[in-house]
Amino acid sequence: MDKEPILTKRMHLPGSHTLAVYESVGGYQSLRKALAMEPAAVIDEVKKSGLRGRGGAGFPTGLKWSFVPKESTKPKYLCCNADEGEPGTFKDRVILEKDPHSLIEGMLIASWAVGIRHGYIYVRGEFLDQIKILQGAIDEAYAKGYLGKGILGTAFDCDLTVHRGAGAYVCGEETALINSIEGKRGQPRLKPPFPAVVGLFGGPTVVNNVETLAAVPWILERGAAAYVAYGTEKSTGSKLFSVSGPVKNPGVYEIELGYPLMDFLNNECGGLRDGTILKAIIVGGSSVPILTAAECEGARLDYESLQQKGTMLGSGGMIVFPEGANMVRLLTRLAKFYAHESCGQCTPCREGSGFILRMLEQIYQGHGKLDDLDNILRVANNMTGNTICPLADAMQMPVVSWITKFRKEFEQYIISGQRGTGARHG
Amino acid sequence: MTLSKATATKLDELAARYPTRMALTLPGLYLVQDEAGWISPQAMIDLAEHLDLSPAYVRGVATFYTMFRKDQVGRYLIQVCTNLSCQLMGSDTVLACLERKLGVKPGETTADGKFTVVEVECLASCGTAPMMQINDTYYEDLTEAKVEQILASLG
Ligand SMILES: Cc1cc2nc3c(=O)[nH]c(=O)nc-3n(C[C@H](O)[C@H](O)[C@H](O)COP(=O)(O)O)c2cc1C
Ligand code: SF4
Ligand code: FES
Repeated sequence: MDKEPILTKRMHLPGSHTLAVYESVGGYQSLRKALAMEPAAVIDEVKKSGLRGRGGAGFPTGLKWSFVPKESTKPKYLCCNADEGEPGTFKDRVILEKDPHSLIEGMLIASWAVGIRHGYIYVRGEFLDQIKILQGAIDEAYAKGYLGKGILGTAFDCDLTVHRGAGAYVCGEETALINSIEGKRGQPRLKPPFPAVVGLFGGPTVVNNVETLAAVPWILERGAAAYVAYGTEKSTGSKLFSVSGPVKNPGVYEIELGYPLMDFLNNECGGLRDGTILKAIIVGGSSVPILTAAECEGARLDYESLQQKGTMLGSGGMIVFPEGANMVRLLTRLAKFYAHESCGQCTPCREGSGFILRMLEQIYQGHGKLDDLDNILRVANNMTGNTICPLADAMQMPVVSWITKFRKEFEQYIISGQRGTGARHG
Repeated sequence: MTLSKATATKLDELAARYPTRMALTLPGLYLVQDEAGWISPQAMIDLAEHLDLSPAYVRGVATFYTMFRKDQVGRYLIQVCTNLSCQLMGSDTVLACLERKLGVKPGETTADGKFTVVEVECLASCGTAPMMQINDTYYEDLTEAKVEQILASLG
């Protein structure tokens, strides 16, 4: 990124996860500033910044906060979504590891703005090292009076609690996450009521992604206008992308929204490994439609440009596919993921995901017929629109886009009577 | 039977952080599992009693989540990610090496009860693929040589 980084600027400092280092570069000054402001003014600043949810859906953050009723007989809650289960996504992980205090400070500012006294951070169960680091940071913040009662000498009390998930992708969906914190099976809830009105423990609740919350202190420190100076008119600010696949430098990068995809790939990520040719890219996690190499040309990394390209920014989990990647096998593997993670509440999702998986497995094992492809597309398109949560859409998008864009490859696989070999695909 | 004193004490401490006892179900299941290596039917009954829930309720929750082990597994639980990025970067090699060295297929446990190998979904380590998790530890950027070395170090 040409401009000064927003989210990653401290990450190179030794001990960046500690309170001492965070404070030494101005940490918790934004909280001080926020506590001197009216809560409504804090929400206003975040609204003006144009910050949008970085968990996948891209919903305007300030607007989400403003939906929570000011007066409530029940306690209000903040849930930070650190479930990070979308295949290809590993960007919240680096915030938890290297800059946990920015998340804590962002949660405190959000809580002050919305009138919340308790926040839960729902971290995926496998992130044990990250939970340790985060808990260490929370303990430090309590000891220094940034958390607990009478924060910074004001009347503001706020607690944060880490809640460990237990291996269910669907728990990343906000209402499933709420059920999971409540000690229930992690099944999504029917909306409305929306969490902003009836959420965790029946109280009004804000659910935000780690990266979203971690951007908030910078916005308070520098002001909305400074944030708007990054990115495009409608996609303001910066975004983390986690890049995987056969590129020279896989990893997590912060870029200004609107940055050209191919420049990002070739400059920041060092291009593809030698001897490797680009076949396709998934820009925002496994659930968004895939882009062919030709479609990648001219694509820009912001919400609107990617929508024009028929895909989505999603979580920023970017997966690069080389020429030679076996799309039949990979899609079969991906279908297994969604079929396994479907919570089973809705018939179209439960039955559709199972059907598609069985058809793809048949094709992969060499028993497919050409008209299977249209059957899969038909079933996939019938999965959406009538379900409790968007997991059904999250399966429909890759299935339809992969088969449509790589139809020849699927057809040739079927015609040639090829049989899947090698390790089981699942 | 009842929960161990250590688990009961930890749960009582955690109770201050949640407005309901039901919310202690996941933390409670983890405490039980960390202590015993898995969650036995009896442990579910004990936990349910401690949280004023029905055993059927606790079982229903435990079975929903893959990380709660309802069966005993080998001393080393080897979880190999085979989702997109790992498959693109060579999870086949990792699995093949494990199968060859340990003589088990995914889902199986070695005869001596030492190793269980399973395939799992994306573990958010895609930039360092292929990868596997053994018990609580991530092993990343795997090659065949590295897998062999790791297995040898586990003895
Ligand atoms: C199946 C499914 C899985 C999801 N997983 C995650 C996740 O791991 N992390 C996340 O932040 N959001 C995830 N989401 C999106 C959340 O429902 C929610 O939109 C988000 O946490 C809101 O935060 P944001 O507005 O700050 O992005 C998921 C959604 C669905 C449907
Ligand atoms: S769409 Fe699928 S995952 Fe979502 S609630 Fe319905 S069955 Fe469950
Ligand atoms: S695909 Fe294997 S860790 Fe993400």
